[in-house]
Amino acid sequence: MAMADATQDDVQVGNTTDKRGRLVTSDGTPLRRALERSMRRRKLTAFMLVAPLLAFILIFFAFPIAQMMWRSVDNPQVVDALPRTLDALEDWDGTGMPGEPVFAALHADMMDDLDRPRREQKIGPLGIRLNYELSAARGAISRTARQVPNFEAPFADAFADAHRLWGQPELWRVIKREGRPLTPAYYIAALDREYDEAGSIVKRPENRQIYVNLFGRTLALSVAITFMTFLLGFPIAYYLSILPMRYANLLMIAVLLPFWTSLLVRTSAWIVLLQQQGVLNTLFVNIGLVSDDNRLDLIYNQTGTIIAMTHILLPFMVLPLYSVMRTIPPSYMRAAKSLGATPSTAFRRVYFPQTLPGIGAGGVLVFIISIGYYITPALVGGQSGRMISNEIARHIQQSLNWGLAAALGSMLLVGVLLLYWLFNRLVGTDSLKFG
Amino acid sequence: MSSKLKMVALSSVVSAMALGAAADDPVSLTIVSWGGAYTASQVRAYHEPWMEQNPHVTIVNDDGSANALASLRAQAQAGNVTWDLVDMLPSDAQLACDEGIIMPIDHDEVLAAAPDGTPPTEDFLPGSLGECFIPQILYSTVLTYRPDAFPEDAQPTSIADLFDTENFPGRRALQDRPGTNLEWALYADGVDPEEIYDVLSTPEGVDRAFAKLDTIKDDIIFWTEGAQAPQLLADGEVAFATGYNGRMFDAIEVEGMEADIIWDGQVVEWDGWVVPADGDNIDAVMDYLYFATDTQRLADQAQFISYGPARASSSELVGQHADLGIDMAPHMPSAPENYFAPIVLDNDFWVDYGDELRERFANWMLQ
Amino acid sequence: MSMPAYYTTKDKIWHYAFRVICYSIFFFLLAPILIMIPLSFNAQPFFTFTREMLTLNPEGFSLRWYEDFLSSASWRRSIQNSFIIGAAATVISTSLGTLAALGLSRSEMPYKGLIMGLLISPMIVPLIISAAGMFFFFSSINIAGTYLGVILAHAALGVPFVVITVTATLVGFDHSLTRAAANLGASPTRTFFKITMPLILPGVISGALFAFITSFDEIVVVLFVAGVEQRTIPREMWSGIREDISPTILAVATILVLISIALLTVVELLRRRGERLRGLSPQ
Repeated sequence: MAMADATQDDVQVGNTTDKRGRLVTSDGTPLRRALERSMRRRKLTAFMLVAPLLAFILIFFAFPIAQMMWRSVDNPQVVDALPRTLDALEDWDGTGMPGEPVFAALHADMMDDLDRPRREQKIGPLGIRLNYELSAARGAISRTARQVPNFEAPFADAFADAHRLWGQPELWRVIKREGRPLTPAYYIAALDREYDEAGSIVKRPENRQIYVNLFGRTLALSVAITFMTFLLGFPIAYYLSILPMRYANLLMIAVLLPFWTSLLVRTSAWIVLLQQQGVLNTLFVNIGLVSDDNRLDLIYNQTGTIIAMTHILLPFMVLPLYSVMRTIPPSYMRAAKSLGATPSTAFRRVYFPQTLPGIGAGGVLVFIISIGYYITPALVGGQSGRMISNEIARHIQQSLNWGLAAALGSMLLVGVLLLYWLFNRLVGTDSLKFG
Repeated sequence: MSSKLKMVALSSVVSAMALGAAADDPVSLTIVSWGGAYTASQVRAYHEPWMEQNPHVTIVNDDGSANALASLRAQAQAGNVTWDLVDMLPSDAQLACDEGIIMPIDHDEVLAAAPDGTPPTEDFLPGSLGECFIPQILYSTVLTYRPDAFPEDAQPTSIADLFDTENFPGRRALQDRPGTNLEWALYADGVDPEEIYDVLSTPEGVDRAFAKLDTIKDDIIFWTEGAQAPQLLADGEVAFATGYNGRMFDAIEVEGMEADIIWDGQVVEWDGWVVPADGDNIDAVMDYLYFATDTQRLADQAQFISYGPARASSSELVGQHADLGIDMAPHMPSAPENYFAPIVLDNDFWVDYGDELRERFANWMLQ
Repeated sequence: MSMPAYYTTKDKIWHYAFRVICYSIFFFLLAPILIMIPLSFNAQPFFTFTREMLTLNPEGFSLRWYEDFLSSASWRRSIQNSFIIGAAATVISTSLGTLAALGLSRSEMPYKGLIMGLLISPMIVPLIISAAGMFFFFSSINIAGTYLGVILAHAALGVPFVVITVTATLVGFDHSLTRAAANLGASPTRTFFKITMPLILPGVISGALFAFITSFDEIVVVLFVAGVEQRTIPREMWSGIREDISPTILAVATILVLISIALLTVVELLRRRGERLRGLSPQ
């Protein structure tokens, strides 16, 4: 734990020079090299201080995320389950039906699988994987797999009798295409695209497109929330910045208390306020604003998501804005006004441009946080207020399509990291402060 | 009589043997189920009497069934299975079975026969047994409505009325998934219950179902969690709500909610046990399963919740509700007066077409 | 701010209108949190003020939801879990984070930007992605559904707050003090504990508080990584909200609001003390 400045200990600078006239230290080492060595040591010391945390974050945070992203392209199912079939399919051109040798290879692959211990069987996962590409493929595979021991040559007919899909080239095209260890298929699905018969990538039928719309809606909601926090945050940040420090600190509690209060507490608060039998609707009914059987839908939709998230994220806008506004000397505005500018011109032309770094910092922060939000949309968003995170969670926990979840997650992550990089370029992480 | 005696003797020998294997070692079983009233009914009907007989066993209840597949797969991939027994739906069970992460079950081998000696494969209701799946109950998704939302002489009586916004105005709460909703759309459109899945297997059939759903779209509120449906009805937010018959029974009979169930077109499904492969306590689990799925225990569960036992031999033993003292038989989905036009959920169909239809349904909800 | 004498009527209207707008926004920020406090004493299972409550009739109020909360085994366990997990995660992230901040604040630290970016990333990466990654990875090394797993996950999430806060404290740190100590013959360890530590302590403590509150409030990772044994307060609230909202949630919320007020006060006092010590604050 060498906290002292290393130069003092390591290098004794004397006035001596060596034979070639270079400066040396008292023990005869050339000064240049001694300084370099000392620098290396200081670098190493600094690095050693960071190393434990770096290792911790790499192992328990960065690696798990990289591993999850790997799932978005990892595609072992077909290759593992059907090695012979894939060999036999090499020569098939994708039109018409493959020949009897392919069916014989498929039979052999399925028979092999029956000999494996249950947990290592590959045919089940194969069916689940192929069903993502072609509906009913899972049924075709799992139901056929139970019958293969009774199959006799010619296998083509036996398979076609077991399930109609085996008699159609479509399933075979999918097997041949996905017989690759890495696949872009999850990204293609995440972009609402699919392969057509010729193997080129086309848009899905309109009634099955969801993810692009959902990304779009997530962006739109995040923009709306960011704008709302700006609209509400700017006036109070300005007001706090012109107040004397004593009053500003007192009023700041109104910003900091929500910031420090549990997310679930704030979300439940909005449920209490906004639901049909909740505080606001009851108040409206009592003062005659709306009739009892016409209570407003304020929650379980986009309105609910926007209101609750604006409230939750407002402190993230106010704090950076406030710290920037504090540094703007009031004399600028006065100077502009004394030079004849109207208050609104002075504000627009002189004051506002100086707050831009704060708006940038707060805006990007709020936007980054809201784009990946999960809890609040899940609790108050209903159907129309759902965001991309909710869909990722659904694919991990319920539909079990982990590849698609990883693809959607990777796209979200890359988007957020790009924004973060932009944020760094604009304002730098040093401006992040809490409380 | 003598054969019955023999059965009793045999079953006590079997459980004595299973017990003898680990008579004194304390065992802790983690049993995963749905939580709430459902887990409570299992605790009272199965866990408590079984633990009384097996004092060395403690049961830990985990209400993780909603996300059980993901956890099971992750546990299996890690080779670290911490769950001993999981309650899940047959479609999820089939997926887990295909993946090889739960055990195949030889039902006649591991389960108790009916009191009259009928083997389990004949005693459990037709179509309920799965390769890795042991059914406990039969439940149904039913349509429920508020009588005060409609004039006394014009109350709704059928699924078709759900789609008739002219004669039966008001908001409808439907579950946010394609299952049940697509079936009902076709049923209301005149398709015979027996033929619904044949029609739904064709692209035209799917279009027809969505077209029918379009006609009521503006009046729909979607619910996600089972508890929300009765809540929406009780709050008067909707005139109709679809929901699980057990939850609706609870809300109406126990909580006193003003609502009536329409049994027409009830969508019937099973729920039951699966055993994760490679668990540490297989002997205790099998002993528990033998006990908890016998005729009497399945009938006992119906005292606490209105789901029908999955065994034919249990139905005549169904008695009264443990707390309310009302006869439970008329509230069972399987009661003859309720079972007049059932739609039996086709898991094979949803295994094949579920991925695609869920996407299309999600898209439809967003429009 | 008093109003200057030369203000026109228009200026005056604007002056007052602006304040009305600002105070409405402050109201918007505080009201939802504060309104839960009286509602948590409701004698009825409703989320609205009953007639008895509005007329301040004592019969309208009761402690039944607090009794509910305290008598429930699962809530009690969740309180215990929240504190165990929060404390352990805080110890890990604060000790590692403080060390790292000391290294990062040195001018000779190599790849500073890159490493800083990586250490801050748990704050930037959407929680759903961190949670999913940890769920898969922790399952594969057998620590999903264990205390260790949740603690490590929360420690990672708390790290950025410690690093940022302590680094910020070190910006105002006068390095000649440690050089002076070294010149006077103190060992590096002695220098650290006698000179550096007391000066950066306010930063370390507020960093630790941030790390603690991050864990205390965290729910997404808990949803994915924790088993039924590790349920924390937010996890119980999540179930409560999704299944059926009873005013018990409001009683819990009220207690949590009081905890946040206490934490806020501590952090604020520390910040002022830190600024005074480092001579940064003009006040």
